[in-house]
Amino acid sequence: MTAYIIRRIIIGMFILILVTMLVFLLVRLLPGDPVMRYMANFTGTGQQNVMTPEQHDAMLIKLGLDRPIPVQYWDWISKIFRGDLGESLGVQQPISKLIADVLPRTAYIGFWMFVVGTFGGLLVGIYCALRRGTWLDNTLTTIANIGMTVPVFWLGILLIYFFSFKLGWFPMYGWVNPWDDFWRSCSYIVLPVASVALGGIAGMARLTRSCMLEVMRTDYVRTAWAKGLRERVIVVRHQLKNAMIPVVTSLGGTLAMILGGSVFIETVFSIPGMGRLMTTAIFDYDYQVVQASALIFGGIVIFSNLAVDIAWGWLDPRIRYG
Amino acid sequence: MALLDVQELQTYFHTEYGLVKAADKVTFHVNEGEIIGLVGESGCGKSVSILSVMRLIPSPPGETVGGKVIFEGKDLLKYQPNGREMRAIRGSKLTMIFQEPMTSLNPVLTVSRQLTETLELHLDMDKRAARERAIELLRMVGVPDAPRRIDDYPHQFSGGMRQRVMIAMALSCNPAVIFADEPTTAVDVTTQAQLLELMKDLVTRLNTSLVIVTHNLGVVARYAERIYVMYAGRIIESGRSEDIFGHPRHPYTVGLLNSVPRLGERHGTRKLIPIYGLPPNLINMPQTCAFLPRCTEKIGKCEKEPWPELRAVGDDHYISCYVDIKGK
Repeated sequence: MTAYIIRRIIIGMFILILVTMLVFLLVRLLPGDPVMRYMANFTGTGQQNVMTPEQHDAMLIKLGLDRPIPVQYWDWISKIFRGDLGESLGVQQPISKLIADVLPRTAYIGFWMFVVGTFGGLLVGIYCALRRGTWLDNTLTTIANIGMTVPVFWLGILLIYFFSFKLGWFPMYGWVNPWDDFWRSCSYIVLPVASVALGGIAGMARLTRSCMLEVMRTDYVRTAWAKGLRERVIVVRHQLKNAMIPVVTSLGGTLAMILGGSVFIETVFSIPGMGRLMTTAIFDYDYQVVQASALIFGGIVIFSNLAVDIAWGWLDPRIRYG
Repeated sequence: MALLDVQELQTYFHTEYGLVKAADKVTFHVNEGEIIGLVGESGCGKSVSILSVMRLIPSPPGETVGGKVIFEGKDLLKYQPNGREMRAIRGSKLTMIFQEPMTSLNPVLTVSRQLTETLELHLDMDKRAARERAIELLRMVGVPDAPRRIDDYPHQFSGGMRQRVMIAMALSCNPAVIFADEPTTAVDVTTQAQLLELMKDLVTRLNTSLVIVTHNLGVVARYAERIYVMYAGRIIESGRSEDIFGHPRHPYTVGLLNSVPRLGERHGTRKLIPIYGLPPNLINMPQTCAFLPRCTEKIGKCEKEPWPELRAVGDDHYISCYVDIKGK
């Protein structure tokens, strides 16, 4: 078990390094370059044509961007291993500080998206499986099919239109830290959480429903009925644990979906979180910030998948790590 | 009086191709401490009949539409399939052993949990007592090192051992009748013999009745006291084991016995004669005898009259056939 986890961590690190390489290359493929952006900030005029080509090149050399990409990468990654995430060009602050400010916010709404998406989906899925064929099952399954395909940002805009603009129930956009004013913060996170969680509920409900239906037809569930057990006991003791095996596997994917969704939704709702930081950084050619965010997102996804694989062994006694 | 009396049980399945009369007026009874064989080809309605008695027919598509199942003076068909009265009987007084030991046990629960749950439910035992009883049951069915093996999961057991666990489960609440649905079909021949001996031994010792459902004539020949032969959803012949094997009276039973080799028979002295043709498709069957197209003994009456009811042809020996082939 320990050997398995260590091996998985090493593989995870390796994948993470590949991800950073890819992101490192991709940001440098963007048309334009950070010096222009940086100079615009530096002069404070907001205009980009104040530099002479000589000044531009001098700055490029100063930032080390004239060197070959592998050299730049080595420079960056060796700093990462020393715990230094670098400095943002855009706001001239250590990236570690920027991330420390925004990560808790994304973690907070991400937590709610995950909880609502997972448990909502489980409840809907289990209900539909037990009452399969009823009109409510058909309705919920249809909504789930639609919910899976709806783009997060479009849903977000739609929710703002109806619930904020038309009905005025929630603020249109913005953010209040829950540790500053919990109740006020709740009204701000309802819509963004709903936009992302709906897709999560839909996917989870579909998967749970089909897994439950599959398990219901198995011989061991028939055995459980033949024992004279009550339906509730059969569902909870005999069906749920078996049905949860594939469902738990999908949780890693759900988390990745939520992180991906947060990039969009934080932009739609102007939430100063990780997703917003990353999007802004991309528009600003803030290479270091993009790289650092990708590193953190990648790390979360890779290690949550590892956690899922370990949870598997706890659910299914047939699994042995070796 | 019989311990379990099944009268004219009718279970139909509504399929998209039409109505399937999977069990059509199935009548049989089980006496106390008796071993009974329910024999027939695959799909003839053996399993459906006993699942109907247990009220375990999935609905939809299945439905038990008629008949009576009298057990302890009560008609089980009057109960809700998953109602309280039925659940109290199922798993305690009437129990089942299923065909597939590999898939009939829950893979994520320990053997201990699966054995103790019936004990806790029906006998109201506490956890400790149930566990001790479960270990005792495992010893009884011949699982070696029971106190240690009880905490294992089903995948750590072999097929034969799993079927022993199933037997232990079926025996756990001292049932009146055990239904064994093809209990040994999925295990190899040596294990088959061991399991059957074990079951016979246990039910005799505990004075429990056993209904063995099988397509294997050899199994019932050795163990069953009385035999019911089924064809296309109906019982077509019933009687004491020695009568069925010694003096079969229905053309189908005769055909079955002619098509199997017998132990001790000298090679080449008797030709095995197959029953030509295929069992009928059960969807929208004609009124006449379902065996008619394959029958070698048919007479004019068979083509015109509907499938006959069971009639007595000897002491406790019944057939549903117009032809009397006693002389042959």
